[in-house]
Amino acid sequence: MDILSLLVVIPMLTVFILFFVKDMQMVRIIAAAGMFVETIVTFFVTRNYVASRGSGDTSEFLMTKDFTWFESLNIHYFVGVDGIAVAMLLLTAIVLLAGIFISWNIEDLTREFYISLIILGTGVFGFFISLDLFTMFLFYEVAVIPMYLLIGIWGTGPKEYAAMKLTLMLMGASAMLLVAILGIYYFSGQTFNMQEIAHAHMPIVAQRFFFPMAFVGFGVLGALFPFHTWSPDGHASAPTAVSMLHAGVLMKLGTYGAFRVAMYLMPDAANEMSTFFMGLAAIGVIYGAFGAIRQTDLKYINAYSSVSHLGLIFFGMMALNKTAYTGAVLQMISHGLMTAVFFALIGMLYGRTHTRDVRKMGGLLKVLPFIAVVYMIIGMASLGLPGLSGFVAEMHIFVGAFQNPDTIHRIFSILAVSAIVVTAVYILRVVGMMLMGPIKHQEFEDLPKAVWYEKVGALLVLLPVMAIGLAPNWLVSLIQDSLAPIVEQLSHSGY
Amino acid sequence: MIEGIGVFDVLAVSTIIFFVGLFGFVTRKNMISLLISIELMLNSVALNFVVFNKFLYPGNIQGYIFTLFLIAVAAAEVALAIAIIISFYRMDNSIDADEMDSLSG
Amino acid sequence: MDFKFTIWILILPTLVFLFTGLLGKKMPAKISGWIGTASMATAMLLAYKTAYEYFFQVGFVDGIRPTIFAYKEVWMKFTDTLVFDMGILIDPISVLMLVVVTTVSFLVHLYSIGYMHGDQGYYKFFSFLSLFSVSMLALVVATNIFQIYFFWELVGVSSYLLIGFYYDKPSAVSAAKKAFIVTRFADLGFLIGILLLSFHAGTFDFMTLVSEDGPLLAQTAPPVFMGLSIFGVALSLIFVGGAGKSAMFPLHIWLPDAMEGPTPVSALIHAATMVVAGVYLVARLFPAFQGVDGGAVLHLVAWTGAISSLFAAIIAMTQDDIKRVLAYSTMSQIGYMMLALGVSGMEGHHGLGYMASMFHLFTHAMFKALLFLGAGSVIHAVHSNLMKDMGGLRKYMPITHITFLIACLAISGVPPFSGFFSKDEILAAAFEQNKILFAIEYAVAGLTAFYMFRIYFGIFWGKETVYKHTPHESPLTMSLPLLILAIATVFIGFIPFGHFVTADRALYDIHIDPMMAGASVGVGLIGILVAYILYKKESTLADGVSEMFGQGYTWAKDKFYMDEVYQFFAHKMMFAGVAAPVAWIDKNIVDGFMNGIGWITETFSMMLEDWQSGRVRQYAFSFILGLLVIIFAVLYLNGIIDFKG
Repeated sequence: MDILSLLVVIPMLTVFILFFVKDMQMVRIIAAAGMFVETIVTFFVTRNYVASRGSGDTSEFLMTKDFTWFESLNIHYFVGVDGIAVAMLLLTAIVLLAGIFISWNIEDLTREFYISLIILGTGVFGFFISLDLFTMFLFYEVAVIPMYLLIGIWGTGPKEYAAMKLTLMLMGASAMLLVAILGIYYFSGQTFNMQEIAHAHMPIVAQRFFFPMAFVGFGVLGALFPFHTWSPDGHASAPTAVSMLHAGVLMKLGTYGAFRVAMYLMPDAANEMSTFFMGLAAIGVIYGAFGAIRQTDLKYINAYSSVSHLGLIFFGMMALNKTAYTGAVLQMISHGLMTAVFFALIGMLYGRTHTRDVRKMGGLLKVLPFIAVVYMIIGMASLGLPGLSGFVAEMHIFVGAFQNPDTIHRIFSILAVSAIVVTAVYILRVVGMMLMGPIKHQEFEDLPKAVWYEKVGALLVLLPVMAIGLAPNWLVSLIQDSLAPIVEQLSHSGY
Repeated sequence: MIEGIGVFDVLAVSTIIFFVGLFGFVTRKNMISLLISIELMLNSVALNFVVFNKFLYPGNIQGYIFTLFLIAVAAAEVALAIAIIISFYRMDNSIDADEMDSLSG
Repeated sequence: MDFKFTIWILILPTLVFLFTGLLGKKMPAKISGWIGTASMATAMLLAYKTAYEYFFQVGFVDGIRPTIFAYKEVWMKFTDTLVFDMGILIDPISVLMLVVVTTVSFLVHLYSIGYMHGDQGYYKFFSFLSLFSVSMLALVVATNIFQIYFFWELVGVSSYLLIGFYYDKPSAVSAAKKAFIVTRFADLGFLIGILLLSFHAGTFDFMTLVSEDGPLLAQTAPPVFMGLSIFGVALSLIFVGGAGKSAMFPLHIWLPDAMEGPTPVSALIHAATMVVAGVYLVARLFPAFQGVDGGAVLHLVAWTGAISSLFAAIIAMTQDDIKRVLAYSTMSQIGYMMLALGVSGMEGHHGLGYMASMFHLFTHAMFKALLFLGAGSVIHAVHSNLMKDMGGLRKYMPITHITFLIACLAISGVPPFSGFFSKDEILAAAFEQNKILFAIEYAVAGLTAFYMFRIYFGIFWGKETVYKHTPHESPLTMSLPLLILAIATVFIGFIPFGHFVTADRALYDIHIDPMMAGASVGVGLIGILVAYILYKKESTLADGVSEMFGQGYTWAKDKFYMDEVYQFFAHKMMFAGVAAPVAWIDKNIVDGFMNGIGWITETFSMMLEDWQSGRVRQYAFSFILGLLVIIFAVLYLNGIIDFKG
């Protein structure tokens, strides 16, 4: 078996084993072990990838494996990775493993919870390695469906409403996506193979019709303004690990898909419509940031902050140059890590204080030093402090965006850049209200400190944030090496 | 076969029986009446089968066999329907078809 | 001379930051303090070594001081030409800043050992101090405008952490937040400026940006905004960033509040080093400022400096909190430096302003740090910031008294103290360039002397206050830095500064014009005299004078309501005017639209529900009706019947 398929098989095996385990502690250990192996395999994939690139292999995708699945419709199980996918796989592995640790204290239906979580993970891994649109769509659905159960069963608050809203909006998006994928299939000579489609050059009329469909279809999952409203409610109701995975990884399926499928396969329409979507993304960036200022629920703050940061990803993509693409991919990773830690910390705080209202907390730096310090560091990363990953990503996007001197681009770019101030406002507002100041309630005086699995979970994600921020070059070159064909594709708009 | 009775006579009878059944089905409220109406319609159809087989394909027997099936199925159906009606009667103390709307969506 | 050793100036504080930050809790508190101080002392010695080797061993190459890159590594590549380097650049101003930052930082470290004694967050304090020091040092040796921005943000965050050091005090938290957000807002301008340069100049490298045949100076771009070319716009935006960090009007509002931080922090960050980063930035890009659009941006710099210095001096006269007076005084003195840069040219005598600005930066760092540390010593003794709680302290705290007096004389421009030399040069430069600017600065010199001696007399003379605990002189760790700084304040004015730092980097001899010197000393003495009459003894005279100014006094005391203006913008405009509507729109319109789709679907299904009544006869009826329709349709379509008859 090839190494990439292993990424899908290991979680599936883990799920299979979990079905037969009765002891809850055993369930946790097996889930953690399975995902640990998965992470190791991901590291191997990365190592192999870097090694073969280093030895001069310049083909677009490495470690490819093609296997005909359904001949009459030309559906293949076709997998392979490039640098972007490898980076996304690393992100997924880290966040998933951290999520397993963070959910260590889930007591009801532990086994079912882990099974759903890992099925979700399977879908995500499968999605990132797929090079066949049909397989990709299949894995996409595999990743999205467990969300309904995870939120509906283990969630808090108005969870049925949130789960239903999320599922319906994502299903609506999937419907659009399916139409787009079928459109691509028919207009590029009946193939689902992405490489073939990219070289087939769909007719411009078809691109004009299917590009917005695919972009918006993926955009809904990526919380593209104005299709983001499922995300605050969904995140607020979801259990911690699910929020982590969802905001950290699943939403990146949307941005990755919008980049890989919509833009890469339909470059001419992407060029034509870039200004419109860039504007939408820029509005989303500033809109999400302002939205976050007014919220009092930590999860809502973070959800709106995600809208803002994900808007920056779309913004970077639509700036249509290599620097900005690099920034967009970096931002996917950076935001994935940051937001995962955020949700993990919010879960820990909620578990202790039983509130997520920032107005009711205060002075937590004194009683929960570990959580508070990590929260501050991640907050700083989120507002783009140099030395942490957010800075690297944002600067790439901004520099990229400024390479187009067009007035309208300038206006959108300045709009997007100004979000750094608004972000500082809401991050510092939360830090000031929640972590600093006097302790508001007597019972907060003796909250339990962070325990080992929480520390492991948080540090697992925090360390890469710092590593990327301090030494971004390896990741940047990993991504940039693979951007060449995409840049090529998008800059040769023949119309 | 009785002399002097042609295919059209029989078909006329079967048509009359069918529409009597249809009329009864649409106008009656009593479940038993509905059941009788359905039986009338089924029988008119059975009659058609027999007549067409007799006059058009005298060599074949499919029409007769089908009629036999029809009779058997109709009997089973009546048995079921009566059972349903009785259980409804036990629940609601009524066999008025308009009062039964638990099938509503 | 390759200056490879300079990297240790940065590495040492970094190691201390990590070490004390991670392990400080587990060690006895004292250790982190002494480790920090020792590492800073080493860094200081290395900085002196750098200065010695650079100024005396390297000396002049072809008559000018060369630029040396000790390190220059690619940190991040945006494109093949747009590169984000990290490195160490050695030239006169970076060496000057290395010396200033390490010296003040070392003395503040030493001072803090005594000042922070017994504080809960002792190790954290030293850890943050090291973080600040390393960020500031890396900022001043930047080779690249993006490197400056990188560390610019890091000094901002260390300032945030240190202002909010007493984080359970709500006022400290909000002051920290305010400082960060206001400077962040200014940094937005800085960043946009950098980004504009990235496209139009195509480089981030300082050497390319300021070189004669570089993209900025060689090209003439058409004007795009208010007569400025795109480069002018970019430089103005970069200056906005510098103005925010240097607390220039109207972005100064964070600086007085920043005094919520521990006093050594105020001395280090908000007096001597971080706040002059804006001046340093302009000086670093000076040839570009000077060359682009015929120096139009420099007018902006000069006027901002002048207005800030006057504005701050007026407010400083009315404040009662001694740290706030010092904060406004800092703002005023930085205004001087900005103004001096603004009126400067490049060559020889025309470059006087640049030299004077850097000289003033140097002397100001010493005497202002001394003033703050002295004030800290006083606050430590009487446990209050307010002048009304002080008086007659000269008897209890002789060392503090004398050193504070020296610093006051220096800032008032009395010879032979250092401030005299630098301020005199600034006034001379302003006089030659623009008489109005000169008049403003001349007045400010008098005001400066007045408000400084107002607090001096208020603290050490004035009314005989009865203290709950008898104040006593501070311990040696605190008084030693005071003495060192006082000695420096007395002597550094005699350094022939023109031999070291000038705009064109050639040798320049300072001439002291007796007329100018006499005039500036005179106005200083008048200020001191007025303060002496009003505040030497407790009297009602001062109140009478302030009443004379009536409304004007109240305005100045209320800082000309700048805070309220900002409050209005921040709360009324941003919160109520933008954030609240956004939240409302999101909930009602955007989400309402999505919910509306759900509602329509549901209503539609409700409507269909009536068809599914559950009545069998109704179903049968529809069935028959449908059947009939189909039969007729089939017959009609096959032409068997015709409705037309």
